[in-house]
Amino acid sequence: MVKVRPWVPYLYCAPLVALVAFIFGYPLIKVVDFSTRLVRGSSGPFIGLDNYRNAIDDPTFRDAARHSATLLLVVPVLLTISVLVSVLLYDQVRGWRVYRSVLFMPYILAVPIVGIVASYMFTLHGVVNDLLEKVGLRSLAIDWIGSEHYALMTVLIVIVWREVGFGIVLFLARLLTQDDAPLEAARIDGASWWQRLWHVILPELRGTIEFYVVIAATTVLAFAFAYVWTLTQGGPGDATTTLEVYIYNTGEVQSLPGQAAAVATMLLALMIPFIALLFWVRRRASAEVGSVV
Amino acid sequence: MSAVSERRARGRRARLSNLPQHVVLVGAAVLALGPVLFMLMTALKTEKQYLNDTLGPPWPLSFSNFREALHGGDFFIWLKNSAIMTFGSVIVSTLAAALCAYAIARMRFRGQNLLLSLNIALLIVPPVVLLIPLFAQYSDLGLISTYRGVIVIYAGLTAPFSVYLLTNFFRSIPHELLESAMADGASHFRLLWQIVMPLSAPAFMTLVVVNALWVWNELLIALVFLPEDRLKTLMVGITVFQGRYSLDVPVLMAGMLLASVPMLILYVIGQRFFIRGLTSGALKG
Repeated sequence: MVKVRPWVPYLYCAPLVALVAFIFGYPLIKVVDFSTRLVRGSSGPFIGLDNYRNAIDDPTFRDAARHSATLLLVVPVLLTISVLVSVLLYDQVRGWRVYRSVLFMPYILAVPIVGIVASYMFTLHGVVNDLLEKVGLRSLAIDWIGSEHYALMTVLIVIVWREVGFGIVLFLARLLTQDDAPLEAARIDGASWWQRLWHVILPELRGTIEFYVVIAATTVLAFAFAYVWTLTQGGPGDATTTLEVYIYNTGEVQSLPGQAAAVATMLLALMIPFIALLFWVRRRASAEVGSVV
Repeated sequence: MSAVSERRARGRRARLSNLPQHVVLVGAAVLALGPVLFMLMTALKTEKQYLNDTLGPPWPLSFSNFREALHGGDFFIWLKNSAIMTFGSVIVSTLAAALCAYAIARMRFRGQNLLLSLNIALLIVPPVVLLIPLFAQYSDLGLISTYRGVIVIYAGLTAPFSVYLLTNFFRSIPHELLESAMADGASHFRLLWQIVMPLSAPAFMTLVVVNALWVWNELLIALVFLPEDRLKTLMVGITVFQGRYSLDVPVLMAGMLLASVPMLILYVIGQRFFIRGLTSGALKG
């Protein structure tokens, strides 16, 4: 550390603090304020908790909360697939780099593009069902998007399809920097593939797994709007409406900014434990990983 | 590094027993490529061919869909708008974050840890939470439907990650390098500009990849804050395009392919940067 005049660091941080205060700080205060008002334009009369009551009384809101919770199933699915595939690649099969490039490719495609393309692949007479019929799995040919029962599952599949590449590459990068002596020793001792996975690799990956779980859950709860919007727009009915979509619809489409702000405040409150988790896994991961580039 | 090359050498001792692995991996690769193949094959079919057989090969090839897509969508305008948003916000975000990250990593001041923690906490604030108040704020300020307004939003949304990543990186630069330059009378600003920034090229590369990809692909903010036709970004543009061609799937897929091409080309050229950038951004945590 070098000694400087005391105001210098603040000068360096002034632009950033101004930017963050403008985009996060003020809006975060305002969203809580809005949630207690009958907002018209940029403010309105104080109405206490009415917006919260209206939201909680709205069956669509309760559905949205349930759908967001259900979509968290994405997390274990992503985790399982990406750990297993990354371990397969780490075994140095021939052409693992090519596999890695191909498996990562979906992550490069923009979510809205993925959503729109998938919305045509999964129609009743779309290519997915045609393919299933062709291979003799006609019974699996369901109305993926048009049916209230399956639409949320289809959203889940599409999220997993695009996001899994990131997980694979993340775990592979972590595996490639680890000391592989324990694994080699286990191999020489005749441990099976599953034994090596369970007793050597998974404990080794623990910090990265915890970190990934937090990131993936955050993605589903806070950054999945574009998936749902381009795939189903929250429908059919409200079968795939998540909290994000509910806030957007209530605020922008139905013009009920106060009620949207109330739900936004609840979503924010829901995210606070994730902040704590993020600090926790970060400390553990950095103690374990050190620095990895 | 040596561990990697050692392992590579062992990898060459070909294991014949890994056929099951290949079966799984080939299956995964086919699944990963499926939608892209669907886009490509469908884009090359006529509407009649598509309606007759969604699976069959596109034969005879039909390129007219691309012409129709370019004609029916304002792809060049959308591309231009997306490029402006991406360049503008990445530059603003990176500059503001670099200055502050340097101060956090290399100076001592009251509140520096709080500032870093705050940035980490903001990483998981859902953008949709900010939507309603930001919209009201922007209406008051007349910033809706302006490039600068939305560039500032994107710069702000990506700033916490930028600070976080750069602070970690700046902290890893050896002390002695900076001390000796400081002893020669270099100012902090010169240190940052002439020593720290060049040394941090990999971190900046990561940052640019992560942030640019995020802004380029963003839908929600662009949908709400750039509603005018002449200002629509590529991601909003394609949702308009979908509405226009919802019944002509081959033209629609030609359009989606056109919209994917810029990033796919960048990926093929600079694949290493994408993979290393995106993962090191996360692992650095």
